[in-house]
Amino acid sequence: MSLHKLTLCELQRKFTAGEVTAKEIVRAYFLRIGQVEPKVKAYVTTQKEQAMIQAAAIDDSLKGWRKTQPMMAMPLAIKDNLCTEGVTTTCSSRMLQNFVPPYDATVIATLRAQGYLLLGKTNLDEFAMGSSTENSAFGPSRNPWNVQCVPGGSSGGSAAAVAADECAAALGSDTGGSIRQPAAFCGVVGLKPTYGRVSRYGLIAFASSLDQIGPITKDVADAAFLLGVIAGHDPMDSTSADVPVPDYTKALKKKDLKKLKVGVPAEFFAEGLDPEVEQAVRAAIEELKSLGGEIKEIQLPRTDAAVAVYYVIATAEASSNLARFDGVKFGLRGKDTKDLLELYTKTRQEGFGPEVKRRIMLGTYALSSGYYDAYYGKAQAVRTLIRQDFDEAFKEVDLIVTPVTPTPAFKLGEKSDDPLQMYLSDIFTISVNLAGLPAIALPCGFSKSGLPIGMQLIGRAFQEDTLLRAAHAYEQSTQWRAKKPAVR
Amino acid sequence: MIYEVVIGVEVHAQLRTKTKMFCGCSAAFGRSPNSQTCPVCLGLPGTLPVINRAAVEMAVRAGLALNCTIGANNQFDRKNYFYPDLPKGYQISQYESPICEHGWIEVAVGDGKKRVKIRRAHLEEDAGKNVHETGTSGSRVDLNRAGTPLLEIVTEPDMRSADEVVAYLKGLRDILMYLDVCDGNMDEGSFRCEPNLSLRPLGQKEFGTKVELKNINSFKFVKDAVEYEIKRQTKVLSEGGKIFQETRLWNLERGETAVMRSKEEAHDYRYFPDPDLVPLKLEKEWIEGFRGSVPELPAARVGRFVREYGLPEYDAGVLTVSKGIADYFEACVKLFNQPKTISNWVMGELTRELNLSGTDIAVSPVPPERLVDLLLLVEKETVSLKVAREIFPELYRSGKTPEQIVQEKGLTQVSDEGALDKIIDAMLAENPAQVAQLKEGKQQVLGFLVGQVMKASGGKANPGKVNELLKKKLG
Repeated sequence: MSLHKLTLCELQRKFTAGEVTAKEIVRAYFLRIGQVEPKVKAYVTTQKEQAMIQAAAIDDSLKGWRKTQPMMAMPLAIKDNLCTEGVTTTCSSRMLQNFVPPYDATVIATLRAQGYLLLGKTNLDEFAMGSSTENSAFGPSRNPWNVQCVPGGSSGGSAAAVAADECAAALGSDTGGSIRQPAAFCGVVGLKPTYGRVSRYGLIAFASSLDQIGPITKDVADAAFLLGVIAGHDPMDSTSADVPVPDYTKALKKKDLKKLKVGVPAEFFAEGLDPEVEQAVRAAIEELKSLGGEIKEIQLPRTDAAVAVYYVIATAEASSNLARFDGVKFGLRGKDTKDLLELYTKTRQEGFGPEVKRRIMLGTYALSSGYYDAYYGKAQAVRTLIRQDFDEAFKEVDLIVTPVTPTPAFKLGEKSDDPLQMYLSDIFTISVNLAGLPAIALPCGFSKSGLPIGMQLIGRAFQEDTLLRAAHAYEQSTQWRAKKPAVR
Repeated sequence: MIYEVVIGVEVHAQLRTKTKMFCGCSAAFGRSPNSQTCPVCLGLPGTLPVINRAAVEMAVRAGLALNCTIGANNQFDRKNYFYPDLPKGYQISQYESPICEHGWIEVAVGDGKKRVKIRRAHLEEDAGKNVHETGTSGSRVDLNRAGTPLLEIVTEPDMRSADEVVAYLKGLRDILMYLDVCDGNMDEGSFRCEPNLSLRPLGQKEFGTKVELKNINSFKFVKDAVEYEIKRQTKVLSEGGKIFQETRLWNLERGETAVMRSKEEAHDYRYFPDPDLVPLKLEKEWIEGFRGSVPELPAARVGRFVREYGLPEYDAGVLTVSKGIADYFEACVKLFNQPKTISNWVMGELTRELNLSGTDIAVSPVPPERLVDLLLLVEKETVSLKVAREIFPELYRSGKTPEQIVQEKGLTQVSDEGALDKIIDAMLAENPAQVAQLKEGKQQVLGFLVGQVMKASGGKANPGKVNELLKKKLG
């Protein structure tokens, strides 16, 4: 049995039972990484030596009295915008190519305290700005199902690594769909928790009011398990919520949707939706019904405004969040500059890629005196309306089901010259971030060309347990997860 | 044309919290560069701010003392601009909803009083410092100060002269120091003031064009800079010129202001609510809870000093100029209940020595107990008042007790009748003419004779006793 094929929970049970050692786990995963990584290019950095040293230490510590922690020896891939003490954290940007954080993000500190194994840092669109990883300064990652296709983005490296069995599970971040869209493209499970459910401390910010860290996993049970580890209040993050964390794994015990009302918003099944995707999601809705869910048509009338609102708010926040990359204290510094202004302009000219520059300019414009009310102010007002749409909908239903993306994974280069087309690939995921709600993407079929198709379940704030229960029931009644990519 | 001067003032008061506004680093002044920094105040990628509760409490207490309304909903905003001493590329401040609004303080102007309205006071974080050392290439950045909490206090344009500005600033500084929310140190920049000033023809309602003054770190420079600027603007206007909206720096050496940046060069700060901080809601009961803890402010203390200690208005005014002096005075009165005597000593001998050595009364080498020891020696007639005054400088500088000094110098007062008789008799023999005059009824000669005895005793004779003995001998 190849260890790399196991789910996180399966591997965890094996390790806890003493059936495998940490060293065996590391060896197995780096063997797999060696085989497929040249094709997938999921990682920016791998940590083979450090992982081996750590694994040896774990194995030693367990000699005699075997007392393990939930994440002990679990081999994870971490998106490269999460700060890892002593390990380069690049955001896939030239700006941070050599940036070694002196501290751990809160989620990393939690994992580290439990003795997890960091296999490596995964590729992303520069500063998480993009939907394909093509905006990475270090080259794109590939979709394990078809390496001519993008893995999605921005957490494309994490999703590809999970799909290609290059890790047991991964962490990503989701600002407008950056966990769910690549999860759907790569045929894995991606969960964006409620805003405030997981601490953002140490996540290099793209848009602070939208960013959220979440798990990308091989199945729903793994997502529940990993969310349980990273969720919770953090005094270092004022926006993290002081709400009790339920036992998500326990929530999976109910294997049906009885007494759950599932909303289907007409606005998400409109023009532009690929027929294959629509068919797969409609079939999934039927399955939810047969599992006991009560299906209801609902309205989310402001859905059409979401992309516009998102690209004002996210870019405005980004323009400010990325101001700290000025060449003064860390990261890249423009060389041979004659004065302060040139230090700034050269550093930012050389350090940022075109998409990051585009968004900084958009956001700066939206916040400028004279334009603030028309753009940022208006966007915030419409954001409130979008949130109200969901509030209304959740008075009638417990869950909302939608496609994750309008199409399956597209070809590399297909949309990279057309930012607007690229932005529209996030159309079904963006409004969830604007409303701060939890949502999960999971496989619900394949296209004729063999690419995975995902469906999205959206839940009420802090009701990840309901979301996971429904996703798990669906997953267990279907066989999509049994299919694995050939990675050719 | 006669012009009216219109002045408003912005003050940045550094709050005396132990730690910074948004992280746990020490906010102490004067440590080695960058020794008091962490990932948060260095603005490292991924870090997040957390509001310092102590800073909010201090802002609320200051706001209550300044008669402000305290905001229930506090939003923090980002003020975006690039500068090497600003690690995040933005300063966290309050723009739309300042924590304190619509207040006022009363200040003494001439013989009367004037109310200066406070428009707003808001919380923000300070920047670091750029250090330009000669002989080194490039500049250095010290971020110890980055992130220390400031309360920015902005007045309405209520002041009409340099003296009013100084009176306001002194009054405000007193209040903040009384509250113990700011150390008031202008040299170290804990209390920074920026007056803005415009002129308008007397009687005109609309304001003229405003000029902001910076780089002023003492009350004297405030007065000098404002007076200079009034003269400059008057000259420009009366010659038919135009005032430009700009920021001007006070140049101490040249005694004049010079342009730092014009309106065109002003930043567009692109303020927007900081998404890393949730709105800070302050409950009414919590705010009101601080009302009781607002200590007695200078004006109230003057009244109480007059009422409770029977001090003249003048004394009460001088003693309450700073919280430190007033506290010192009251500590003495507790030990020795002669308020006027203590007032004389504190305003006189003690203040003189403190001024000479540039020492704050809080760290006076003569603490209240020791001053009272000296006054008790006078009370017990161990030494005369004159001797006590003469030895005070030594008491102040040597660190010895009053008893030690008196003993070492043999200054103990002579009250022994036998010893005094001898001195008096010798003196009387030397001054037969005056003795004759006294016998003729010229009472004023008595003073002369007492003086002679005192002189002969080296100041040690007890003047009361001498008086008594002389009267007995000659009467």
